[in-house]
Amino acid sequence: MSGRRGLVELIGPVLVLVVVGAIGSMGFVDPALEVEFRGALVSVAIVVALYVFVGNSGVISFGHVSFVAVGAFAAGVMTIPVELKPTITPGLFSLLGEHSVGNAASLVLAAVVGGVFALLVGVPLMRLSGLAAGIATFAVLGVTYNILNNWTKIGPGPLTLTTVPETTGLLQATVGATAVVTAAFAYQRSRYGRKLRASREDPAAASATGIHIHRERLWAFALSGALSGFAGGLFVHAAGTLQARDVYLDLTFLTLAMLVVGGVGSLWGAVVGALAVSALDSFLLRAESGEIGAVNDVLGKPLWGGSRLVGVAVFMAVVLVLLPNGLTRGREFSLSRLRRAGQREAAA
Amino acid sequence: MTEDVQVFVDAIALGSIYALMAVGIGLVFGVLRLVNFAYGQLIMAGAYALALTNDQPVLLSIALCFGVVLALSLAMEFAAFRPLRRASPTTMLVATFAISYLLQNIALVRFGAIGKIVVVIPKLSEPVTIGGVHIRWITIVTILVAIAVFAALTLLLTRTTIGLQMRAASIDSQTARLLGVRANAVITTAVLISGVIAAIVAVILPMAVPERLLVSPDYALRETIIVLVGVVVGGIDRLLTATLGGFTMGLAVGLLSGFLPSTGTWPFTSSVYLDGAVFMLVIIVLLLRPEGLFVRGRRAAVERV
Repeated sequence: MSGRRGLVELIGPVLVLVVVGAIGSMGFVDPALEVEFRGALVSVAIVVALYVFVGNSGVISFGHVSFVAVGAFAAGVMTIPVELKPTITPGLFSLLGEHSVGNAASLVLAAVVGGVFALLVGVPLMRLSGLAAGIATFAVLGVTYNILNNWTKIGPGPLTLTTVPETTGLLQATVGATAVVTAAFAYQRSRYGRKLRASREDPAAASATGIHIHRERLWAFALSGALSGFAGGLFVHAAGTLQARDVYLDLTFLTLAMLVVGGVGSLWGAVVGALAVSALDSFLLRAESGEIGAVNDVLGKPLWGGSRLVGVAVFMAVVLVLLPNGLTRGREFSLSRLRRAGQREAAA
Repeated sequence: MTEDVQVFVDAIALGSIYALMAVGIGLVFGVLRLVNFAYGQLIMAGAYALALTNDQPVLLSIALCFGVVLALSLAMEFAAFRPLRRASPTTMLVATFAISYLLQNIALVRFGAIGKIVVVIPKLSEPVTIGGVHIRWITIVTILVAIAVFAALTLLLTRTTIGLQMRAASIDSQTARLLGVRANAVITTAVLISGVIAAIVAVILPMAVPERLLVSPDYALRETIIVLVGVVVGGIDRLLTATLGGFTMGLAVGLLSGFLPSTGTWPFTSSVYLDGAVFMLVIIVLLLRPEGLFVRGRRAAVERV
């Protein structure tokens, strides 16, 4: 594969992200929609971070939201103003309670915390494979949630973390998602990424050629954890508030489903899945509140309440049943395929 | 002393419920290689059927519960499991995630987030005193029902043709099909039996576990998660090890919640850290025995052609 063609696989997804960011900021759309564009871009960051491990290794992980969670709580707890900490999250260790950092530093911190946590967890866990690995990563999520939800020395415990500076605007969301996509691309094109992908296709053959599968999985897991932590930082700075429940089962389900809907095997799939599900979610939300004229005209009233949740779940179930390999069928972005599709359409 | 016995008996009852759920999940896994995350939503649907018919005669209410759960099981089999027969295990698991999420949200839209009380047989919640130990009738009934279900299932699996075929299909489905076992018939039977067990759990759970008296959209979700974990920890490839895994989780949860103090400042020192402590044990067990706690012998590390 030539370098130029390879680079298209990065430029395609990045262009899509920039376009999404630009549409959100240019004001053709209702300013209230900006929140949803930000949310979609943060989802891309989380799903791509998940993809770095799951997509390249072929091992499922239900635990990635734990790294998002520690990143989000680290970034959140360390950026709320020092003078508000005693009221919002009393009982913190004094090191955490008496210091605060800025936006950029908090994102770096989130990435470091996520990466170190993933590395520590990965050392024992990466020896497992198959269902045992899936369940063990899930157990990590369970432990993380349980501690974050109760231990008031490191966070708000069962309370809500509020007054987190909302610094993830559209610009930061776009730049952040692009950074995660670029890191994922660089990894999967590196020798480490290629070794891991070889082990995904055929573990026996890969170890026979001298690939240390356990070690390669561990690097991917740690990188993926760092990116997840970073995405968690973006997440908390987009929302402004955070509860342990926000980064637990629902987010795990949603991000995994986005990845599988897009196609687990490719970076393009992760980006497409996250954007497609987010777009549907926002559309249904607007339709419920009666802001989309076409829906009102057809039904004679706004979409009934709750159809957003049901609609997203139905969409995912239908895609999974009809296209088990996802919308992109696990392929990377490619201009020639787009061109061929265009020609077919022109001929028809 | 008597308090300890009480905790222990309650833990065994909880273990029995989890073991029942483990059988339901393990049966379907055996023939389909599918981990059904939506199993808890079958129980939820059954519990809603009971809650909405609280004022009807008990038998009618229970019959309705069985009808709803079995219909939903069949719907899952035909709408989702069947089209996904050849999909990868990950896709199948995420698809059952999606189904679970879908059913939860339908319940949320239809019935709201506020729990509805489930009344089945109030008499069973009264305690009986045996040697100074207060045990509720439902605790005894739960243990007896679990034993009866396992006995019936053992008979079915060892003494009938369809049972033999189910065992054959779960050991080696390809060879079983070559020898004339009809895959779809076997799978549908397994799904139906698994549904019957879900309905039984739906009837027992609201009475046996005080926190599950109210049915809400996420009903039985926590139980499903713990049982799924337990099934893998025990050894998902065989029904017996899977069941023992489920039972062990119930026992562990029951004992830990009985003996952990209610306050503590550090993680794992008090009962709010119950789930964390259980999952921590799970990680340790999986690391020591990845092939399953109750599985004898070791599997080859990598499958060779």
